[in-house]
Amino acid sequence: MELTLWTYEGPPHVGAMRIAASMEGVHYVLHAPQGDTYADLLFTMIERRDKRPPVTYTTFQARDLGGDTAELVKRSIADAVQRFEPEALLVGESCTAELIQDQPGALAAGMGFGALPIVNLELPAYSKKENWGAAETFYQLVRTLLKPQLPAPGAPKPDPARWRTEGRRPRVNLLGPSLLGFRCRDDVREITQLLGSYGIDVAVVAPLGARPADLQRIPTADANVCLYPEVAGTLCSWLERQFGIPCVRTVPIGIGATVAFLREVHSLLDLELPAELQPGADGVCEAERRSRLPWYSRSVDSTYLTGKRVFVFGDATHAIAAARIASRELGFQVVGLGSYSREMARELRSAAAELGVEPLISDDYLAVEAAIAEAAPELVLGTQMERHSAKRLGIPCAVISTPLHVQDVPARYAPQMGFEGANVIFDSWVHPLMMGLEEHLIGMFRHDFEFVDGHRSHLGDGAPSPSAATAAAAPAAAGAAPVAAPPLHAGALSWSPEGEAELAKIPFFVRGKVRKNTEAFARERGLAVIDSEALYEAKAHFSR
Amino acid sequence: MASSIATRASAEADLPPPLKESGQREVFCGLTSIVWLHRRMPDAFFLVVGSRTCAHLIQSAAGVMIFAEPRFGTAILGERDLAGLADANEELDRLVAQLLERRPEIRTLFLVGSCPSEVIKLDLAKAAERLNRQHAGRVMVLNYSGSGIETTFTQGEDGALQALIPLMPSSSEQQLLLAGTLADAVEDRLIGLFQKLGIERVASLPPRRSTELPAVGPGTKLLLAQPFLSGTARALVDRGAELIRAPYPFGVEGSRDWMSAAAAAFGIAPAQVASVLDPLVERGQRALAPQRETLAGKRLFLLPDSQLEIPLARFLSRECGMELVEVGTPYLDRQLMAEELALLPAGTQLSEGQHVENQLLRVREQRPDLVVCGLGLANPLEAEGMATKWSIELVFSPIHGIDQAADLAELFARPLRRRAALSFA
Ligand code: SF4
Ligand code: SF4
Repeated sequence: MELTLWTYEGPPHVGAMRIAASMEGVHYVLHAPQGDTYADLLFTMIERRDKRPPVTYTTFQARDLGGDTAELVKRSIADAVQRFEPEALLVGESCTAELIQDQPGALAAGMGFGALPIVNLELPAYSKKENWGAAETFYQLVRTLLKPQLPAPGAPKPDPARWRTEGRRPRVNLLGPSLLGFRCRDDVREITQLLGSYGIDVAVVAPLGARPADLQRIPTADANVCLYPEVAGTLCSWLERQFGIPCVRTVPIGIGATVAFLREVHSLLDLELPAELQPGADGVCEAERRSRLPWYSRSVDSTYLTGKRVFVFGDATHAIAAARIASRELGFQVVGLGSYSREMARELRSAAAELGVEPLISDDYLAVEAAIAEAAPELVLGTQMERHSAKRLGIPCAVISTPLHVQDVPARYAPQMGFEGANVIFDSWVHPLMMGLEEHLIGMFRHDFEFVDGHRSHLGDGAPSPSAATAAAAPAAAGAAPVAAPPLHAGALSWSPEGEAELAKIPFFVRGKVRKNTEAFARERGLAVIDSEALYEAKAHFSR
Repeated sequence: MASSIATRASAEADLPPPLKESGQREVFCGLTSIVWLHRRMPDAFFLVVGSRTCAHLIQSAAGVMIFAEPRFGTAILGERDLAGLADANEELDRLVAQLLERRPEIRTLFLVGSCPSEVIKLDLAKAAERLNRQHAGRVMVLNYSGSGIETTFTQGEDGALQALIPLMPSSSEQQLLLAGTLADAVEDRLIGLFQKLGIERVASLPPRRSTELPAVGPGTKLLLAQPFLSGTARALVDRGAELIRAPYPFGVEGSRDWMSAAAAAFGIAPAQVASVLDPLVERGQRALAPQRETLAGKRLFLLPDSQLEIPLARFLSRECGMELVEVGTPYLDRQLMAEELALLPAGTQLSEGQHVENQLLRVREQRPDLVVCGLGLANPLEAEGMATKWSIELVFSPIHGIDQAADLAELFARPLRRRAALSFA
């Protein structure tokens, strides 16, 4: 048993729903009690879709349990097939149905639907979660549909350069984009255009917008692009093993990764690397100029971004990408990196090792909050949960990953991937920080009335005042967290009025950190009262 | 204004038999009530003993993270619990101890049963007893079921209140007991009015502090503020309370009838009631007039969801002039609905239970101007050109009482006015 307040991921059958709802012509019969129909609102409200997800629930009740729930399952399947005439049928169960063991998949298989492909989804609800469920469903569905095409064991692998002999443009599949994924719709458009500009076609995008017949065309591509490893990782490996389709695994989020992605695609397809992708003498390639991020980042106005301490948390794909962009492309200092994607813990750990930080693999948002409080960053790049935690701590935050909130489904074009994605990322991450010039000015004119504490519109309504935030953060986190943050104000430490006054002169955006450091310093030295001398001693100590 | 009592016997006969439906339902389970109960009783914590699905449901129903630090959580059953590798009871004890250590302000802990905990027959009543012994004097541990195999949506509140009833002290003192969660401001207003009418002692269930439970006994007259409290009403009657039969306090008329039924039960003269309420009624009707203009003649379809459908339909048809196409209810408690049914226009088509596909077919066929429905259905219906109102908003908003009648009507008028205001030509 595990105590959960907010969860980063839903149950695995919600992952299956994401696949079904992303596609056309697929229907999912889910053996589940009525309350589980809440999942519809994830699509119709959060993702703001104009149609219900293609799911029929059996909505069994306690009084059905004594009787024949299997009959109810069969009736629901028959109704759904008749009503929706799907091209492929997914059959599965939610956590409660798993316990009563009706085996809906087996029941469906015995109902004589002829050629209708039926996928029996066994998604262990008590050990797995949403992303795993999505990956497994996607894989099972494609596997079922490609069964007739499976090459004989030992058959030669297709040549990824066969496009040349076949006298056509090379083509790839984009695998993994789905509903309730982070900005998938726009990423697909961005990557499709980008590849197109290098003469590479996209054969199949799946699951987003695909039909079962499209999935059957997957082997016609020369390579797969594993765009969202959380959803497509399992499938891409299987396609590599069984069909010999090579896979591009670099996720093109950020400038460096986008260039690396393009180089990988070119080499896999045996395409000549265009001049603009070749690194120049300064290590810079011409293609990067398609994005403003590199120049904005070098511009003098961005000087203030130097060494900003950021804490990164999200799904593994976005968190790893964010950490790389933050450290290399924006010149931040990454002081924390974590993810709730246990399936990709290895990848995250190696990214953390590269950055010299302790990886945090956890799905306990309070543990993440405690880690943020401890690291005292100046910016949090996280999920909606971290946005809340950051708000409580008085730290700016940009959202980089699922779980999805209606705010993360913007009307405008806002990809994360490719060169345009890098532009979007620059804006949305730098925006929550103070505008550079503004911060210099505050430093220079901090005694002016205009720059008093209240001037923090970027933290939004409801952010506690900075001093209150620092004071409140620790007890709140300690009160709430299972792995409580060490209380920041333990021991009989107090600030002298004169010390407080000196502290108040420090710009508010670093005041929290200064307060924390000074207190740690005072505790180390066994001081009971912190006066201005102690504050300057601490400052000197920490600046070394 | 017509007295409901007088019309009751005849009017229900004017209603055609309700359509009995059974098929796919599209209703939240009783866990959802936690989302408003935890705000009503800030010193209580609701611990669902269930699955990741249950945790995800309350999170999604709560609008995905409105509150940074919720007073609810889920003890998620894992494979080890199910396979018997871990003793689920020991695990629960451990989690509760951990939780209480972290939240020392919690005075009442509700263990909320879910489908999985019921199917594996985890005895939460026993667990509550045991935990009460372990944490005696520190916290009160109660249990009820919010499972989707036993309860829908608002029935969760009925369960939670029933769990509190055995703890209520006995007293035969004369008092009025209001049952059902009200917004604090609305509650203050209503209590003030009852006192003006001459009812001195007014208590509420649930109380604002979970530890300050009202007393109950032979002197208690019970007035339901929410129509979904069948079990609560029965349990309070068993404790000696007398149930006041009345329509529910939605709209000017319903609220007036509701208050005057209470006054009558306390033997207060009708003239006194009229002197207090008539000015309010007059003002309430004035406030309602502009909304009525928007709503009159518009066709309304209520899908079964919150159990508020029948009283709302009564208000919207009688006071706002809407035409009722169909009034769905997840289940029909004829006793608690008697006064409401009597006030429905003759010929109103009720439906009980749900078969969502068939119901949606009827919605499409009828093309009503406004559909009251759950969150999952709203945008798809909007996309088909029908204005919608989310039923969950009606259990969150302060809508009870004469003074709120215009606000209540506004909730239904707004989607219509919005549609009318938009133009992309
Ligand atoms: S229907 Fe049952 S399993 Fe589903 S969320 Fe409600 S209590 Fe949990
Ligand atoms: S609106 Fe707020 S976040 Fe945006 S630039 Fe201004 S202060 Fe910063």
